[in-house]
Amino acid sequence: MQGPLIDTLARQGVTRRTFFKYCATLASMMALPPSAGRAMAEAMAAAPAATKRPSVIWLPFQECTGCTESITRSHSPTLEGLIFDAISLDYQETLMAAAGHQAEEALHKAMKDNEGKYLLIVDGSVPLGLDGAYSCIAGKSNLETLKEVAKGAAAIVAMGSCAAFGGIPKANPNPTGAVSVSDVIKDKPIINIPGCPPIPVVMTGVLAHFLTFGSLPELDGKGRPKAFYGETIHDRCYRRPFYDQGKFAKTFDDEGARKGWCLFELGCKGPVTYNACATVKWNGGTSWPVESGHGCLGCSEPDFWDAGGFYKALSMPANPLKMASAAVAAGAVAGVAVSFANRAKKSAAKAGHETTTLADLEK
Amino acid sequence: MNEMQFLTWVRGTGLNIAVGIFLLGVLWRLIEIYGLGRKKDLSAPRSVAGASGLNTIFRRSLPPEGMLKTSPVTYIGGYVFHIGLAIVVFLFAPHIKLIQSLVGLSWPGLPSQFIDLVAVITIAAMVVVLVDRINRPVKRYLSTFEDWFTWLVTFLPLLTGWLAVRHMLLPYTTMLALHILSVEILLIVLPFTKLFHAFTVFGSRWFNGAVNGHKGVAV
Repeated sequence: MQGPLIDTLARQGVTRRTFFKYCATLASMMALPPSAGRAMAEAMAAAPAATKRPSVIWLPFQECTGCTESITRSHSPTLEGLIFDAISLDYQETLMAAAGHQAEEALHKAMKDNEGKYLLIVDGSVPLGLDGAYSCIAGKSNLETLKEVAKGAAAIVAMGSCAAFGGIPKANPNPTGAVSVSDVIKDKPIINIPGCPPIPVVMTGVLAHFLTFGSLPELDGKGRPKAFYGETIHDRCYRRPFYDQGKFAKTFDDEGARKGWCLFELGCKGPVTYNACATVKWNGGTSWPVESGHGCLGCSEPDFWDAGGFYKALSMPANPLKMASAAVAAGAVAGVAVSFANRAKKSAAKAGHETTTLADLEK
Repeated sequence: MNEMQFLTWVRGTGLNIAVGIFLLGVLWRLIEIYGLGRKKDLSAPRSVAGASGLNTIFRRSLPPEGMLKTSPVTYIGGYVFHIGLAIVVFLFAPHIKLIQSLVGLSWPGLPSQFIDLVAVITIAAMVVVLVDRINRPVKRYLSTFEDWFTWLVTFLPLLTGWLAVRHMLLPYTTMLALHILSVEILLIVLPFTKLFHAFTVFGSRWFNGAVNGHKGVAV
C-alpha cells in the first residue's frame, strides 16, 4: 500500500509499519473486525490522493480551546495529528492562517462546495441568553452560525463536554443560557465526544471511521461512541482491586496514597464516569489522572461541574445537611407536645373515671 | 433531568429531606413512647430466676423450645436477613464513608466480594420469608398492608444496591441514584411504621421482661 499520507509519514519518521499498527489499534479499540484496520489504513492512505479530501468544518463556540489543544498537541509528530493530513480542515479558527473576511470566505466556500457532505465539528456550548449575544463570530451569534452550517452537514461531531452536554458554561447558574449542540440541532446525526478535553484517539477514531465507512460508529444513549464510552473508569481502573479489598487513600499524601490505593474516598467519580482514560491513557499512553494520584473528575459526564464537589466521595452527601438540626428540634418539640397531650388525655380519663359498684351492675 | 442530576439530587436535596424527616420522626416517636408512662405497680416484686428485663432482651432473640422446628423459615430466615442486612449496611466501605461524613464515626470495612455474597444471601432470605408469608394461611391472614409495604421498602435498597454494584439492569449511575432514593424512602417510612422496632426492640423487651419479672414470670 502506498499513498501520499504514507510518504508524508515516512518523511516525519513514522514508518509504514507503525501506521498500520496504529490503524489496527484504532480498529480494535473501536471493537471493529480485524479487516477494518486494513480498510482504515487504505482509506486514510488513499484519501489525500483523491481529488477531494473529505471537508471538515470546525466551529468554536463558548469554549477554551482545550479540545483543540488536546487534539493537536504534538510533542513529537503524533499519528493523531497526522490524521489531519487525510482530511481537508477548511475552517478552524485556531489553526487556520486566515483571519477575518478571509476566514469567513473559506467557511462559506467549504459549505457551498461540499453541500450535504462535509463533517461539522463543534467545540464549545451555544449560549441562548440575550439572543446569543454572549458569543458571536463575524457579527453572528453562535446559534445562528450553528443552524446555518449544520444545514448542509452530513454529520455533526460535538467535540468536548461543552458541545456535547453544555459543559462548564452550563454550570449552575448558567449565566449565558448555554446549551449543547443536540439541544439546538435535532435533524442531523450527532456524535458526542465528551471530555474536558476528550482523548485525542477517540476523536481520530471517529474521524477514521467516518473516512473509512462514511458513517458514524455505534453510539450509546447519550450519543457517544460505545467503543470508547462503553465502560466506566472504575470498571477498567488498575486501582479497582484496592476498592474491592476496601483499601482507600484517605488523603493525597498518606500511606495509602503512596501505595496506590483506591481514590474513591478522595472523591473519585470513576464509578459514574464513562470514558476510555483507564485503558487508552493520556499523552501517548504515559499516564492518566488516577495514575497520577488524583481521582477522576467525571469530566465526560453531563453536568460534572455541579455533581456535588470533586473531593467528596460519591457516597457522601452532595451538600451539607441543612435540615438535620432543625428536624431534631422539631421532632423533640413534637414528641414533647404529643406526650403532654397524651398525659392530658390520661388525666382526663382518670378524672372522669366512675367507680362501678355491685349495685350498679345489678341495676 | 439526566442521571447525573438525578444522582446529585438524591445525594443533596433528597438526602436532606429524608434525613430531616427521619430525625424528626425518630425523636418524636421516642419521646412519645417513653413519655407514655405506666401506673406504678404497688404489689411486692416476686423474685424468680431469669425473670428480668435484661434476661428477656436476650431470651427473645432465641427461639422458644420447639419453635425452631415448627417454623424454621421464620426463625432462620429472620436471623439470616437481619444479620445480613446489618453486615451489608454497616460494613460496606462506601456506607461507612457516608456514616463518617454524617456523624464522624468510622470503622474498617469488609472486602466488597464478601459483602456481595452476604447481599445475595440476604436478598434470598428476604424472598424466602416473603414466600413463606404468602404461603402460610395464618401468616397471610395476620398480614396487613403495612407488612407487605415495609418488606418492600426494606428489600428495595438491598436489591438496587446489589444491582448497582453488579452493574445489572440499568447503568451504574442510574442504579446508584435509585439505590440512594430507595434508602431515602426507607428513612422516611421507618419512624412511622413497624420498622421503628429498630429503635424500640430492646426497650420494649426490657419493659415487658421487667413487668413480668415483677410478677414473677420469666418470659
